[in-house]
This record gives sequence, C-alpha cells and structure tokens, in this order.
Amino acid sequence: MMMIVSDAHTNRVANFHVFRGNPDENGEHIGEVVNYEVPLKPGWVVLDAIHWIQANKQPDLAVRWNCKAAKCGSCSAEINGLPSLMCKTRLDHMPADKPIIVKPMKTFPLIKDLVTDVSWNYEVNKKIQPFTPANSNVDTWRYFQQDADRVQEFRKCIECFICQDTCHVLRHHSKFDKFFGPRFMIRLAQLEFHPLDVADRLKFIKEEAGIGFCNITKCCTDRCPEQIRITDNGIIPLKERVVDRFYDPITMLLNKIGLG
Amino acid sequence: MMSSTEHNYETKSYDVIVIGAGGAGLRAAIEASAQGASVALVTKSLLGKAHTVMAEGGMAAALGNLDAADGWVPHFKDSIRGGKYMNNWRMAQIHAEEAPERVKELELWGAVFDRTPDGRILQRAFGGHTYRRLAHVGDRTGLELIRTLQDKGIHSGIDVFMECTVTNLLEENGQVSGAFGYWRESGRFILFKGKSIVMASGGIGKAFEVTSNSWEYTGDGQAMAMAIGAELIDMEFLQFHPTGMVCPASVKGILVTEAVRGEGGKLTNALGERFMKNYDPERMELSTRDIVAKAIYAEVRDGRGSPNGGVFLDISHRGADYIKRKLPSMYHQFLELGDVDITKGPMEVGPTMHYTMGGIRVNPETQESPTVKGLFAAGECSGGMHGANRLGGNSLSDLIVFGRRAGLYAAEFAKQQTEMLPIDNEKVKGYAQALVEPFERKGTETPYPIHAELQHLMHTKVGIVREEKFLKEAIAELAVLRERAKKARVDGSRAYNPGWHLAHDLINMIDASEIVAKAALQREDSRGGHTRLDFNFSDDKVWRHRTSVASRATDGTLTVSYFDKPQMPKELVALFDKAEEKTAFETEGKF
Amino acid sequence: MAELNAAPVLKTQGFGITDRKDAWWWEQVFTIVVMGLFTIYATWAAAANAYFEVGPYFSPFYSPNLKAMFPEAFSWMSFSPAFLILWAPLGFRGTCYFYRRTYYRAIFNDPPACAVDKPKVGLLRWAADYTGETLFPFVLQNFHRYFMYAALVLVVFHWKHVWDSMFYKGQFGVGVGSLVILLDAVLLSLYVFSCHSLRHLLGGKLNNFMANIFSKFRFSLWEGQTVLNGQHWFYAWASLFTVGLCDLYIRLTAMGVIKDWNTWGIDWLTVLPATGH
Repeated sequence: MMMIVSDAHTNRVANFHVFRGNPDENGEHIGEVVNYEVPLKPGWVVLDAIHWIQANKQPDLAVRWNCKAAKCGSCSAEINGLPSLMCKTRLDHMPADKPIIVKPMKTFPLIKDLVTDVSWNYEVNKKIQPFTPANSNVDTWRYFQQDADRVQEFRKCIECFICQDTCHVLRHHSKFDKFFGPRFMIRLAQLEFHPLDVADRLKFIKEEAGIGFCNITKCCTDRCPEQIRITDNGIIPLKERVVDRFYDPITMLLNKIGLG
Repeated sequence: MMSSTEHNYETKSYDVIVIGAGGAGLRAAIEASAQGASVALVTKSLLGKAHTVMAEGGMAAALGNLDAADGWVPHFKDSIRGGKYMNNWRMAQIHAEEAPERVKELELWGAVFDRTPDGRILQRAFGGHTYRRLAHVGDRTGLELIRTLQDKGIHSGIDVFMECTVTNLLEENGQVSGAFGYWRESGRFILFKGKSIVMASGGIGKAFEVTSNSWEYTGDGQAMAMAIGAELIDMEFLQFHPTGMVCPASVKGILVTEAVRGEGGKLTNALGERFMKNYDPERMELSTRDIVAKAIYAEVRDGRGSPNGGVFLDISHRGADYIKRKLPSMYHQFLELGDVDITKGPMEVGPTMHYTMGGIRVNPETQESPTVKGLFAAGECSGGMHGANRLGGNSLSDLIVFGRRAGLYAAEFAKQQTEMLPIDNEKVKGYAQALVEPFERKGTETPYPIHAELQHLMHTKVGIVREEKFLKEAIAELAVLRERAKKARVDGSRAYNPGWHLAHDLINMIDASEIVAKAALQREDSRGGHTRLDFNFSDDKVWRHRTSVASRATDGTLTVSYFDKPQMPKELVALFDKAEEKTAFETEGKF
Repeated sequence: MAELNAAPVLKTQGFGITDRKDAWWWEQVFTIVVMGLFTIYATWAAAANAYFEVGPYFSPFYSPNLKAMFPEAFSWMSFSPAFLILWAPLGFRGTCYFYRRTYYRAIFNDPPACAVDKPKVGLLRWAADYTGETLFPFVLQNFHRYFMYAALVLVVFHWKHVWDSMFYKGQFGVGVGSLVILLDAVLLSLYVFSCHSLRHLLGGKLNNFMANIFSKFRFSLWEGQTVLNGQHWFYAWASLFTVGLCDLYIRLTAMGVIKDWNTWGIDWLTVLPATGH
C-alpha cells in the first residue's frame, strides 16, 4: 500500500553549493560555487530546489530543463559528484547535514552556470547511417516482439548524455574525435540488431565510432537513468561482432566459406 | 561581451520556417524538405526534447491489425463523438483516413512498435476508441515518435536552430515574411526571412498550476500568430487529463498514462467503490477523458477522495512482470518520485491540465490560416481537429497527419512566391527594443512570482469547472497581472537567462489565458473540456453549432466572438445513428 | 550567499578528486586486496608441485594434470604441471569482460571510479596517451572467446573431479572435500556459462531470432543464458574464491594440517591418492 512520505527530515533547510560561471574561450568551466540556503518541501527533487533559487534568489541562474518528469533528458548535471538527472534526484534520500553540490556536466564545454554545450552529440549522430530496410513495403514486414525487445531497450534512451559525461574516454581523455561514446554505441547497436536493417556498419563501428576505445568500465551503465544495460547488452555484443569480422580467424574463415 | 541593449541581428533566409520541433514541427520540416524547399526548423529547446516525448499511451490509427472491423469510419465517428460533435468534420475525416499511412511511414523510418504475435504493429485499447487502435511502444510512444522523426530529420537537409526562441512573426499586407527571435545561449538576435511559416509550437499548459506540460508550453505560437492577424478557435476547450500524480506535492500533475486504464487499471474512491459505474457504466474506466476527469473531480468534491485529494488507480492485479513490461516508465516514476510500488498497490491520481483542444484556425486541407497568407499551423497549437475533447492517442496521429500536410502546403506556397517579401527594418528594431527593454526596468518584482500567481489564478478560476462570477474575476485579475508582467525586473546578462526568457513568455501565457477565460465566459454551455456550473448542461440547440473565435483587434485588445460551425455533409451525418448520438449527449449534465 | 571558491574546473585535477560523498574507493581497495592475495597464493600453490591431491580429491589448480595423463610426452619437465594448464583459467579471467572492467578501474585507474579523477602522471596511468583496447597488448582482449573454449574444457575436468571425489575404491561416499570440489565445479560452471562471448555465440550474433526453428532454438538458449549473464560479476568473484578455497582445502588436508571428515571414515594421509591419472 501507500508509503507516507516522511515530513520529519524533508521540512528542513539545506545548503546548496551551486556552480555559477561562464566559459573561457576553450569552453572550460570558469566560475565559483555559490551557497544558497533552501527550505525544502517533502518529495522535492534537486530541480525543485534549483527552481526555488531562481524564483527567490537568483533569477538569472541558468539551468536547462523541459519536462521535470524524467522523460526528456534535459536537466543532466553532477549532483554530489555523480552525473544525474536533477528531476529524478530526491532530496529526502540525501544526508540532511551536508551541503548538496550541483555542478554542470564536466565533459562538455560550459555555456553558463549549469548549462553545457552538448551539440557535439548531435554532430556525431549525423555520421551514423540511419535505418536501412531491404524493402520499403511496410505492409509486408513481419518481425516479432522477441526481436523488438532488444532494439527497444536502446530506444528508451532519452539522450540526457549522462553516459557521455561519465565515460572517462570523453571525460578525462577528450577523445571526441576518435570515440562516439556510449549513447551512440547503443544507437549503432539498435540499428545493427534491428531484424530488418540490412546496412553493414561493423567497419564503421570499429574505425569511425572507435569501439576499441571503450574499456568496458561500465560507468555509462551505472549512471543511466533509464537503466539501459548499455555495456552488457549494447557495447559488448557489438565488440563481439567486431571480433567476428576483424579478429577471430576461425569465424573469419567460416564467413568466407559461407558457414558463419 | 555584448551589452544587454545591443540591437544587432544576423539574418537567414529559407523557403519554409518551421517553429517548434515536436512531432508536428519535425514532420512538417521533413515534408517541406522532401518537396525541395529549404527549411529552417527553429526550437526553443534541444532537438528531441519537445513535449511530444511525454506522450505515453500511443498513436491512434485504424490499422485494423487486431480488430479487422476497424477502419477510418469508426475512427472518424469515435473522434467526433469524443469531441462532442464540435470537431471540424473535415479535419477529423482526414485524420482518420491518413493516420494509418503516417504510422507505417514511421515504421519505415525506423520506429520499433510493440508487435502482435504474428509480427505486425500491436494496438491497444484506449478511452473512447471502439476498437484496439493505438500503435504503441510500452508507455513511451511519444519518445519513439520524436526519435524516429529526429533521426529522419537530421538526414533530410533541414537546418535545425536549437535553443532559439522566436518572439515575433513578420508580415507584409497580410502575408508572412519572416520571424524574429533570439538565441537562448547568447541572447543575440536572429532574423529569419521566409516565404512561408509553419507554426508547431504546442499548447498553453504552463499557464496552469497543476499540469502535465513542459515549460515550453507558454502559448507563444498562439500569441505570435494572433499578433499578425491569425484567429484562434475553440480556446475554451481544455483537456484535463483525469490521471496525474497528486502526491508528493512537488510531482503534482505529472502524467499517469491512460494506458494504465487501457491495460485494465481500475479506478476506486475512498469507499473502495468503482465509481465510474455511476458516470459511464458501459465504458467504465475507458470512458473519454473529459468524463473521467469530471467524475474524479466530483468524487473528490463530494468527500470520497483519497488522502491526498485524488482517487485510487490500481493496476497491480495484472502482475509485476506484465506491468514492468507494458508500463515501465510508470513503474519507475511512481517508485522513484512517489515511493509507491504500483505492482503491489494502487496509485493516487487526480486531474491535470494536459491539452489545448483549441488553437490557430486553419484550413482543414492545407493547414493554412484563412486570414494570414503563408502562415500554416499544425499539432496542438492549431485548432479544430479535436472539438471539445480529444481522444487519447489522437494527438500523436494528429501531429504526423497534419504536420505532413502543413509542411507539404507550406512548401507549395513557398514555391509559388517568386521572391522574399521585404522586411521592415524599423519594425524589427522595435521588436529588438521591446525584448531588451526589461533590462532597463527598475521594479522589485521578478517574473517568477507573477507566473506562479497566473498559474494559481487559472487553476482555481478557469480550471476544470467554471462559473460566470469566477471567469469575470479572472479576466479582471489577468489585466492586473499583465500590468505587473510589463514591469517585471530582469537581472543579469542576455546569456542563457531564464528570468529574461520568462519575462517574455509570461506575456504570451497571459494572452492565451485571457482568451481561454473570455471564450469560457462566452460559452453558456457544458461539453467536453468546458464545464460551467451555472450552465451545467449541453445546449445542443445553440452552442453545439457555434465555434468560438478569438483575435487581436487593431487597438491590441483581445476579443472573442463566434461563428457557425461548418456543416458536416449528409453522407457523413448518415454514419451516426440517432440512438448512439443521444447517448453521447446524455453523458453531459451528470456533473 | 557566499562564494566558496573561484577557480576553474579543470578536466584532470588529480588522482581521486571528486565531489562524490560515498565510499567510491571501496571497490578499488577490495579488488586490489582480493586480487593481490589470490595472485600470491595461486603462484605459490602452483609452484609448490606437491600436495595437490589427497585421497579421491584433486586440486583444480593442477587440473587436468597433463604430466600424469601423458607421462612420456612430459618426462623432460621438472617444474610444476600446474604451469601447463594455468594459462587457460588465467587467460579466461584476464580477458573476461567483467574482470577487465574491474582491473581497468582498480589497477589502471581508468577510471578509479565513476566520475572520479585519475592521476595526472605516473605509473598509475594507462600510457602517455589513452588508446583503450585498440593497440597491443590490450587488443588481445578480443581473443576472449578462445579462452572461453578452453574454459569449457576445464569445466568438464572439474566435474570429473567431483565424480572422482565421490568414489573411493569403487565405493560411493561423500567427504567435506567432495562438497568443496562440488562447490568449485558449480561456481566455475556458472562463471563460464554466463560468459559474454558465449552469449554472443549462442544467439547474440543473430538479428532475427524468429527466422526459423534453428534460430528460435538459439534464441531460447540466448534468452536463458542472458539471465545467467546478468550475474556474471557475482560468479566471477565467487568462483575465484571457491577455486582458491578448494586448492587450499586439499593442500591443507594433504599436508596433514586439517583432517577431512568423510563417510568412508578414512584418514587420507594413511592411503595413497586414489586418482589414477
């Protein structure tokens, strides 16, 4: 039955340490962390507190958000160091006595305050060959839920880019020119696994998308707010397909003689 | 750094300018581009974040994959009946006829719908639909629609302007010539010269306190279109979705998909009674949204509500596996935001402002405004398709059916224009000046409290049930809010400044709110998304035949009048037998 | 409102820098300690070339004992037969997708934990420039499937040891040692059968599960294995623990440190090993 949301430690004042700043010419995050005291209400998420700060303390505090229901993936930020959706991070699950740190996604160039420039992701998506069916007569198409399930898991992605932010290949090593990042690995996986797609993207996955740069440390999966098993269900199966094509001599031989 | 009062702007030229990148805008842009037009797609948000992603249950299209008897005629009749006979009949007909093709087209472009056991698109039952009709993907169909169109769109040669707000449309002698706005990131101005414009900017939900709508729903398109002479119709009809979250307060209004009822969810009141039997015994929980919303309202009003002012909705009898598979986002939404496990017990739900049936008046075939040449509108910002009440699932199909038509005819219109119309630079400077003026204000109040008051006012006085007294008060109070909004202070710079953005959006919300209130006051009748306690019946003699129409007079005031609805041709009228129609009317007046 | 600091947020600030407030370092410490202890023990036990069998029990570190199986072929060999075989389980674990995640994090600090900064310079870094698994030696991780084939063979031998441990001179019985060997065989099997490469081989490589009866069969294998695969991390750790425990139990019994309880009522130190390799 119902759980009553406890008022005991939600009607309290919390300190929010919010990053405020502007980028330098390289998009580096230059700014300071500002403390705001916010009176909390039961059931609040971090985004509620940010809105309270806008309405009561800092009307020009920049934050990107749309739906406040964990469906659009706009309000990604780093809360107490962990890349998260602000609309989904409950405050009554956090320690009452410690400040709550809210910073923009570190991997992307800063625009202002909590807003970062994620346009690189949109450029990457353009490079990927879209869905390519063998015939365009949809009325003849038949495929089954068992096949759709695998694809649909990846299509749950709300493009919050938290996986891209968390991925150390981008976050620490800035391999933006060599590696597409987890979000586009599952975009590729979704196209490759589609039962009716006939395009071959394996060479592209290896050479352009740079799947070899992923060292499967799984932070993308750990942080995905949609609980997509990015690494186990997306990247590793793609790595195995790349092995089939480019590394495994036996499979390569079998493929050559048509037994693969 | 740019000073906050700088007026310079960059200029871009396109055949077709599409404003809004939700389902309708994206579909329009794809179609216009396919016709060979150069297309700018301008959106306030990032691409793929539009309010469309929040649509959950599905898109209605008479594919007949499960129920072979389904076809455009039953879908047409359901839409008209659901709309309380207020729909533009031609739009409802086009919609029912073309929806299946549009849905199949999505599949061709890579959408992955849930499947039937024989491998076709699965369809689910929904309120007001006679047959299982909604193509869907679990409870995230809107996301599937957006992502499919987005991935199609980025390979269609469309120029996408993300986080770019259009604030003014430009016209010359009753024909569009362009659009003016600013980049949210920098605050710099941008002018789009264009031969035709497709407005696809969505609804007005953010004028309400309890709403399922995202922040973008500030009535921009409606206000901008009216400013250059377009008309709005049916604005009194607002859809309150019967099931929004009610607890805790911070999530109040977040949508609980109708698919919960479609999949067998039961509504009960505090007495444990399945109260829908008192309101619509035949269809029960699968009645239309207006009826269920008003039923919940009445249960709560009469003291039979749940502890937090809603009613109970229970799907737990379907079993945990089924729920997690068919309603995964609902499961997580309640678990994470509401501390409720819906596989084990009921959720508390109550009505939430969800959809604007009314909108920009358009030609049903071409989606062009009858009063402004070259201005097209599609999706929620246009009016007529849904009448007094929209059926669940008809919105997503509306987006792709009329989005495509708007794009098609906008491209055709652009082709007929030999050259761009001239732009009046003085006018543009005036718009720029108006946009930066808030930085010079010295008031103490920011736009935020005014917005909060507007939301509260609309919720309490122009909400789910209305009365003359309250509507008149609301209109008077809106005038006061408007004056306050004109003085609201803006701090900081023009770079990504939400306070500044809100200062502008707020005026659009007040415009839209005023028209809703005035249209609601005018309609002395109750039907669909408009219920008057002082006229608590459906006046079929007079008001069934009238459509409200709003426009901006030359002195700037907003006026609402009405015109006679276009008559449905006899062969379509013949589809409705009298007994059925009678029932549809009788449902009114029970509240 | 108070400004707390006014410094740029740099991409790499130094090892362990993070705003995280949880015990993110716990996994790193656990991994280094457990893997370190296991490596030391396994090297010592494998090099010992003694005490790997007692009564009907045989240590998994030495299984299969190729020297005993093919004495003529390996007569030249003076070192421990464990080294003939240990490459297989070590290779399987070393190229395992789960262990890769774990040691790339714990040992290579790439990353130390999610959203935790890595060292600016020094030995704890991958290399001067991060190249992931694109170059030698890490590109060899792509051959995981070959180690998986070898591991499948090892599983057969482990179950043979379970069988052997339950018969002494043709008579059925059970000892604590049999149970320890059984536990090792069960967890090793679960670990190998939940492998990501196996998942690919069984059905993951297909795009159209429902195409024909053969693909449908592979789908059901894949679907079932997917459940196991979700627990791969657990089996990886648990089987590491049980294989070590199994060798340790047999070793201590053979050394006479502990006494095996069994239904035959025999003290194994009084008899020769029963296995006839």
